[in-house]
Amino acid sequence: MNPTLHLWVIPLLPLMGAAINGLFGRRFRNSMVSSIALLFTGASFAWALWAALQWVHQPARYVEILGDWIWAGDFHAPFGFYLDHLSMVMMLVVTGVGFLIHIYSAGYMAHEGGYYRFFTYLNLFMFFMLTLVLANNYLLMFVGWEGVGLASYLLIGFYFLKDSAANAGKKAFIVNRIGDFAFLLGMFLIIQHFGSLNFDDVFNSVSKMSPETGWGLLTAIALLLMFGATGKSAQVPLYVWLPDAMEGPTPVSALIHAATMVTAGIYMIARSSAIFSLAPHALEVVAVIGCLTAIFAATMGLAQTDIKRVLAYSTVSQLGYMFMACGVAAYSAAIFHLMTHAFFKALLFLGAGSVIHAIGGEQDMRRMGGLRKLIPVTFWVVTIATFAIAGFPPLAGFFSKDEILWRALQAEHGGWILWTVGIITAGLTSFYMFRLWFMTFFGELRLGKVNHGHDAHAAASHSHGHAADHGHGHGGVHESPCIMLGPLVILAVLSVVGGWVGRPQAMGGSNIFETFLASAIYAPAETAAERGSELVFAAISVGVALLGFLLAYWLYYLQPELPSRITARIRGLYTLVLNKYYVDELYGRFFVKPLLSLSTVVLWHGVDQHMIDGTVNGAGSASKGIGNQLRRIQSGNIRSYAAWVAIGGAAVITYMAWAMFK
Amino acid sequence: MVPLSWYLILSAVLFCLGAAAFLIKRNIITIFMAIELMLNGVNLSFVAFAAHLHKLSGHVFVFFVMVVAAAEAAVGLAIIIAVFRSRETLNVDRVNLLKL
Repeated sequence: MNPTLHLWVIPLLPLMGAAINGLFGRRFRNSMVSSIALLFTGASFAWALWAALQWVHQPARYVEILGDWIWAGDFHAPFGFYLDHLSMVMMLVVTGVGFLIHIYSAGYMAHEGGYYRFFTYLNLFMFFMLTLVLANNYLLMFVGWEGVGLASYLLIGFYFLKDSAANAGKKAFIVNRIGDFAFLLGMFLIIQHFGSLNFDDVFNSVSKMSPETGWGLLTAIALLLMFGATGKSAQVPLYVWLPDAMEGPTPVSALIHAATMVTAGIYMIARSSAIFSLAPHALEVVAVIGCLTAIFAATMGLAQTDIKRVLAYSTVSQLGYMFMACGVAAYSAAIFHLMTHAFFKALLFLGAGSVIHAIGGEQDMRRMGGLRKLIPVTFWVVTIATFAIAGFPPLAGFFSKDEILWRALQAEHGGWILWTVGIITAGLTSFYMFRLWFMTFFGELRLGKVNHGHDAHAAASHSHGHAADHGHGHGGVHESPCIMLGPLVILAVLSVVGGWVGRPQAMGGSNIFETFLASAIYAPAETAAERGSELVFAAISVGVALLGFLLAYWLYYLQPELPSRITARIRGLYTLVLNKYYVDELYGRFFVKPLLSLSTVVLWHGVDQHMIDGTVNGAGSASKGIGNQLRRIQSGNIRSYAAWVAIGGAAVITYMAWAMFK
Repeated sequence: MVPLSWYLILSAVLFCLGAAAFLIKRNIITIFMAIELMLNGVNLSFVAFAAHLHKLSGHVFVFFVMVVAAAEAAVGLAIIIAVFRSRETLNVDRVNLLKL
């Protein structure tokens, strides 16, 4: 039985929404714009759901070729879509979470300018993301990959009149290009050696190679693909764009920079698991990068005061977890965490958006506080998400994080190191998330009462967010409208129950999620370790999370004046962390500045101005000079013309006479 | 019997004198006369060849040239008079209103 699923409809629906809103949206009323956007994304979600239900019981993959795109010699790149259990999960996460965030945006953006522009970009993003997820070859995936980069750029720079937003958009775009370059090189290597970019062809050829013969090639391909993924998924060393990307509207941060786009790198690695599984050294690099990113970003999250930036660093850190999981060949664990993370991180961002909305555009946590009573629904959903990300059972984050840590421990090389770093990161995560929670919802509201103390400069540099965008006169703190709370509640429910599909055997489940994905992923056979000790390690991670909670409770609830005294004590370290280890400055000094001056001196002044402009201007002035000389012939004096005629005639006669008498 | 070459040499001399005068002189009437001189220099070689080859076509050409020259002289002199009336000069270098 082979039903026709018409997968092409799924990405095309949001594109139609984008086209309608983009072309005619300026003349529509806001309600019309959001209805169109919601209709098309909703239809896309419904179709995706239908297709998934049709195919969910088939272990095989479903391939749908619409036609040839590029056809050169033996090389084919078709417009083809690909549905297996991996892309099914991604497709449902993207359309489902995307649809919820569309609903939320309809309320959140209601008072903003450029309403139709926002929904056009958002629908465009959905189109590209679904292309990325459903593509059946690397090239079509790359189209989606670039397309989501474009949508991300447009949405980060949504408030383009603000310099910081425009710059953040450019930064995201340029940093992503670096990774994309590596991805391209990886694709070229694949074409050169396998002659095709189709997933099936490539993975078939790869699986026929023995680890010895293909080792160098596969490692090179895997490393290049991984570097591509570090750009999109904001890993060390290319993570710097993600925190700045928070300049965009909050629903964008939730959809693109937390739930979906940034997970594209993880998806790509999981998709290429056949290649990575035969390149163990590349896998180790992936694990190390993930591990570094996780802890590095978590420490940076500790000192941030902007609520969205804390969440941004938390996202980077959680993406590091997923990378680490990929690095220990636990792809299904990575995808599992990707899914649960999409739920609770989207919820956190949307909740933060709701908080920001409620208090009139303030993003600095030091001015918040005591919002628990004022916006109770938001408080409860954010509480659920916070407990989920911190890893408290039985919420979603606990199962996925625990699975990753457990699989890291099983890794062949340095399992203990990975696990230790992972568990420390878990503790840090718990601490900064509860710090956010206590600062925002407990104590008393400090709006306009923050004392500009020793770190006032941080406030100046970080709280430039929504003040301008939300300047529509909030009378007082108020709960968000139902259209915003609905998606929050649904995501909260998902954050609670989402983890149960991956309940490990040790806890009475059967890890349905992993067996579900097994057909789509080339994972090595799991070593039969004693699963009994898993419970012990799970208990340790819960204990660490509890420790983080208690520390935050002590520092930010019981004795709120203590943190500033502690930071004064460890002033140097605190400044270092507050300034994000000066990574941006280092990159600026070592990459941006030299590149800029090189371009200025060599490329601009040297090549462009001297060589290219010189050639063009030289040709121009040469013909001008020659013309100036020749101009003298044409004096306008009849007699001189007659003289030329006479000379010419004489010359002709002379030549003829010479020719005749020769 | 005067040989043909003498006629031809005389014709060339007349033509060159005409050409030289055309190039050198500035008085428009002199230039006009120089043109006539060149035409008649050519006419001379026409009739010389016609007599030498015993053909009539050379004579016919000469009549054509004379007729055209007469017509041209009538038009040309009219133009010269018109120019002199407006510019009060016969110097061609000063008839330069259309020059930049």
